[in-house]
Amino acid sequence: MLITNSLATFGRYCLFIKRVFAIPDRWGVFARRTIAEISKLGIDSIPLVIVISIFIGAVIAIQMQLNITSPLIPAYSTGLATRDIVLLEFSNSILCLILAGKVGSNIASEIGTMRVTEQIDALEIMGVNSCNFLVLPKIVAFVMFMPFLVIICIGTSLIGGYLVALFTEIITVTKYIYGLQAFFQEWYVWYGLIKSLFFAYIIASVASFYGYYVKGGALDVGKASTDGVVSSSILILLFDVLLTKLLLQ
Amino acid sequence: MIEVKDLVKSFDGKTVLHDVSATFYTGKTNLIIGQSGSGKTVLMKSLVGLLQPDSGSILFDGRDLVTMPLDDVKELRKEIGMLFQGSALFDSETVLGNVMFPLVMFTDKSREEILERAHFCIKRVNLVGSEDKFPSEISGGMQKRVAIARAIALNPKYLFCDEPNSGLDPKTSIIIDELLSDITHEYGITTVINTHDMNSVLGIGENIIFINKGYREWVGDMTQIYTTANEALNDFVFATELFQQVKNYVTANGHTKQPDKQ
Repeated sequence: MLITNSLATFGRYCLFIKRVFAIPDRWGVFARRTIAEISKLGIDSIPLVIVISIFIGAVIAIQMQLNITSPLIPAYSTGLATRDIVLLEFSNSILCLILAGKVGSNIASEIGTMRVTEQIDALEIMGVNSCNFLVLPKIVAFVMFMPFLVIICIGTSLIGGYLVALFTEIITVTKYIYGLQAFFQEWYVWYGLIKSLFFAYIIASVASFYGYYVKGGALDVGKASTDGVVSSSILILLFDVLLTKLLLQ
Repeated sequence: MIEVKDLVKSFDGKTVLHDVSATFYTGKTNLIIGQSGSGKTVLMKSLVGLLQPDSGSILFDGRDLVTMPLDDVKELRKEIGMLFQGSALFDSETVLGNVMFPLVMFTDKSREEILERAHFCIKRVNLVGSEDKFPSEISGGMQKRVAIARAIALNPKYLFCDEPNSGLDPKTSIIIDELLSDITHEYGITTVINTHDMNSVLGIGENIIFINKGYREWVGDMTQIYTTANEALNDFVFATELFQQVKNYVTANGHTKQPDKQ
């Protein structure tokens, strides 16, 4: 039963995506909507990304230093470990899990409300491909903007660790900065950016899918929002494993 | 003109519409009436293509919606305007934005021409001064009028209205009814209104189709409804003491309104 339902949902998702990736009726309208979505989904997420990144960057730095007590491990390892954790996992996977909550619920509830208030029916009756009109700008906008969020996250996380070095005596600033530069692998940055593109697509498309097929009222919109966030979070974790295996080995 | 022939629609093996046939005339207010659960919303949704009927045909001036290729359905929909029960205005757009929407999406007019047409439609529904307000900032009656302005923006040949008076006070309901009736006659639109507002039935019903338990039971106009022998229709329309008195009065003194003279 679970397998049958999952396959049916996947089939419906595929049909939904086929409609989403149709050619827009009006490129000018599509461009305007995409810019508006970049503002709503991307730029509006920057404050949250900055706040979370600074604190998590600081916490990673403190925990690294407190756990690296062996005299055989050089002191700059704190900076190095902080950098690699941020580049490899926090700035993409963990950030996207957090954004799945913010952006995913925003998308699912917006489209779900449009469904229950018949706005989507109104679009369909006018002859507008509602999937394409509503969802494609969100996917394109979020996938396009996600690398910027990742870069902001990397920068502010490392600043968080730097602040720990600056204002505490846990590690010196010099050793922290030396650690950040030691054994740097450029590919880690690309790896994080590539993963984030997949995760952005998952968040935008899965949340839209759950919102689009809402039936009922306000309660069902809330449920669709939750389902969208949970499903996209699970898919992010699944694709995290797959992409790590593909890109790092 | 829209002709419905032998329409059948079922859900999970339960038939909701049984061989329904009806004609909706151009330039007239055509009303679909019936109790809740009678199948009138299913009929309306089938007419606009939101539901695919099991069998039968729906002819828009001879073009069958049921067997039409998807591209032709898309073209036909540009000739259709629809007024939803909850107005279905786009929350993120202003009144002007809502009315401009179909013009932006489906015409190659310049921005000035689009604005001119949108302002004309807004003026036609008496909403001048509300152009920059959002749907959440205006009353339910005003929202309905914005929805009407949006529906007529592209000069539709067919106008569908699902419970246009739902949630409105009696006075506003009459304003909306009169507006729909005026627009229908003025632009020669085939207007189909799904309602159980008896004021609408007796006020603007030029062609009334009564649906009962999925069957088309009666067809007539607002003057004939007073003398119908159909028991289910009598029970439905003249259910209250007030409407029973209205019926007795009209039967004794004659009807003051004649649908053809409107």
